[in-house]
Amino acid sequence: MLSLNELWFVLIAVLFVGFFFLEGFDFGVGMQSQLLPKDERQRRVMINSIGPFWDANEVWLITGAGAMFAAFPEWYATLFSGFYVPFVFALFGLILRGVAFEYRGKAQSGGWRKTWDLSILIGSFLPPFLLAIVFASFIKGLPIDGDMQMHAAFFGDIVNVYTVLAGLAVVLMCNIHGLLFTALRTFGELQERARKRARTLLLPTGVLLLAFVIMTYFQTDIFDVRGALLWAIVVLGLVAFLLAGYFSKKKRDGWAFGMTGAVLGLSVISVFVGLFPRVMVSSLGEAYNLTITNAASGHYSLKVMTIVALTMLPFVLGYQIWSYFIFHKRLSDKETLEY
Amino acid sequence: MDTIMLSRMQFASTTIFHFFFVPVTIGLSFIIAIMETMYVRSGNEEYKRMAKFWGKLFLVNFAIGVVTGILQEFQFGMNWSDYSRFVGDVFGAPLAVEALLAFFLESTFIGIWIFGWEKVSKKVHLLSIWFVAIGTTLSAFWILAANSFMQHPVGYTINNGRAEMNDFFALITNGQVLVEFPHTVLGAFATGAFLIIGISAIKLLRKQDVSFFQKSFKIAAIVGIISSIGVAFAGHWQAQYLVKTQPMKMAASEGLWGKSGDPAPWTVVANIDPVNKTSTHELKIPYALSFLSYSKFSGEVKGMNELQAEYEQKYGPGNYIPPVRTTFWSFRIMIVAGMAMIFITLWAVYLMWRKKFDQPNTGFMRICLSGLLLPPIANTAGWLMTEFGRQPWTVFGLMTTERSISPNITAGQVLFSLITFNGIYAALFIVLIYLFVKVIKKGPYTIEEDSHSTDPYNKKEGHHALT
Repeated sequence: MLSLNELWFVLIAVLFVGFFFLEGFDFGVGMQSQLLPKDERQRRVMINSIGPFWDANEVWLITGAGAMFAAFPEWYATLFSGFYVPFVFALFGLILRGVAFEYRGKAQSGGWRKTWDLSILIGSFLPPFLLAIVFASFIKGLPIDGDMQMHAAFFGDIVNVYTVLAGLAVVLMCNIHGLLFTALRTFGELQERARKRARTLLLPTGVLLLAFVIMTYFQTDIFDVRGALLWAIVVLGLVAFLLAGYFSKKKRDGWAFGMTGAVLGLSVISVFVGLFPRVMVSSLGEAYNLTITNAASGHYSLKVMTIVALTMLPFVLGYQIWSYFIFHKRLSDKETLEY
Repeated sequence: MDTIMLSRMQFASTTIFHFFFVPVTIGLSFIIAIMETMYVRSGNEEYKRMAKFWGKLFLVNFAIGVVTGILQEFQFGMNWSDYSRFVGDVFGAPLAVEALLAFFLESTFIGIWIFGWEKVSKKVHLLSIWFVAIGTTLSAFWILAANSFMQHPVGYTINNGRAEMNDFFALITNGQVLVEFPHTVLGAFATGAFLIIGISAIKLLRKQDVSFFQKSFKIAAIVGIISSIGVAFAGHWQAQYLVKTQPMKMAASEGLWGKSGDPAPWTVVANIDPVNKTSTHELKIPYALSFLSYSKFSGEVKGMNELQAEYEQKYGPGNYIPPVRTTFWSFRIMIVAGMAMIFITLWAVYLMWRKKFDQPNTGFMRICLSGLLLPPIANTAGWLMTEFGRQPWTVFGLMTTERSISPNITAGQVLFSLITFNGIYAALFIVLIYLFVKVIKKGPYTIEEDSHSTDPYNKKEGHHALT
């Protein structure tokens, strides 16, 4: 039986898996909407394809951070103050992106659209890139002292070859994931272009991911700590990745989309599995690690939160799935494009 | 400037900016839900148009409210990490519940509302705007429950040097939140109402789409009169609660240094000198402070000097007097703005009742137009009083603001974020005004032209299901 601390560690992992799976595709659509379409109409179709979803997808991140705050306040405090500057940039991106979707269609001039399109590009790139950097440095370790304070240098501790590699790999994965989503929700020329580009991006992304796995083996202790389980996840990830390529070649977009989502989800899972029972690894010594015990809230607080979460979650999942069902049809030519 | 000063500025600017949009979101979502309900019940297309027109403004506003909200959640950890460590056990729970219970609801159904006009039935569409409205209100409840813990900590014990929750029910039935929530939410309803009243006044002054804007005005005026009178009553309860739980905030918002005397008079204006701890040029209304504090015309209110001595005994040496001028004037600005709102809506409802409303009164419409500014002024002043008045505490009696900041961040980093975010705020504010003007100018009858489109895709394939 899971202890409450373990359960909350798992729940936070689930929230971040959900976030990367869901917002992963709308980050990807955001970036590719600026790179793929050949005209304004196609661009609008792409942006509108994520219209009903992106806001709720982002709430997975907000809930993840909120759950961290409530269940592991020391984790939340160390993380957000320690990564101060990256979070400023991530927030900058999220702010630009959130308003850009809503505003770009509200005026006609070319300059207006270009400004918001640039905002969508920056806003869809920065958050996944920086969050991947944060997740990669979780397992690599950060200078956290005996007071649980993190004193990290921006270049070196936070931004280094290993973490940037993670950032780029995740960004590319989101792009493929988003392209496959586009293929699912459109048809005709745009769909063809999306499929084609997804396939072109697979190889370089695969290389980056492989390089990341190899570096993880040498740079972190997670394969020593959880050898067999981690290898299993890596193999599953590899299979999902290859299947994504296979299905996309067969034009089975739904299956391919599921597989790229699985790769993103498994990446997050591998970080959490590698961390457990730690939540942040200190590079200054094992004694300074933050764990699911020393970073957690008290038993009462966790119990209350568990009751609330387990009561609410079925409803939340229910209406979110229902909203995807409402908008499951491909965007038609009679569509009212809101954005 | 040092880290703490900059962090305070960051918190203040983020919170004030965020709170320009939140009350509009809450207020407008309810009024739009009412309009759409009238549409579904009567089948009258004009109400649908109303929901859509005000919906445009709502969405422009909603977007900024959402994005500044994310910053709100992150900055507790970024700038105030020692605060987060100390109270996370208690304070984190309502924030997590807010996300789980309110944000998911709001964000999912806003998607259905925006994109679902032709995809779901009328009733489901109506239900989705009601869910948005309920979601925003629930969200207000949970964040105010968290804020109320800072004003009046309950349901916790101190354990291992931090606050730990021991009674969740006490936390959500905190006397503070029971007075703060109705005051804030009614204020938000009034904010939404005054936005519609003000914008309708612009159009009525120009005699554009008269019937549409008269109808909108009337709906908003009714919501406005109920909420702006309600907000005053709720404010009165809140003041009484304040005297019991945070007497220093009450004394500061009265500029009251010594004892008030019994019965206590209410100071209308005064020249406050925080250095010499005196107030001069005071204009007072007899009995009024006693009434404000205890709902009767007798009773004494403690002054700051006496409370300072009490707090020093209780919490050790230090300065426990908040910034008095800010607290004092914020309180008065809030009250004056609130009174003006009651006055305007009373006048409007009187005109409607006497059926004189249909011959627009230019002078009155101009007053309504300037009424656009009243709610943001009142809302901001209210929060300034609440948050400044609590100083030097972040959690009253438990943790000071000075002790709350992140020890590992530098002034340079905070300055960088302060400039970044305030730059974005300024830009977004200009954009918002531009879009508001644009939508308003266009009016309700041309609004949908540019969202429909013609398109080259094959019609047959258009209805294929996702496989």
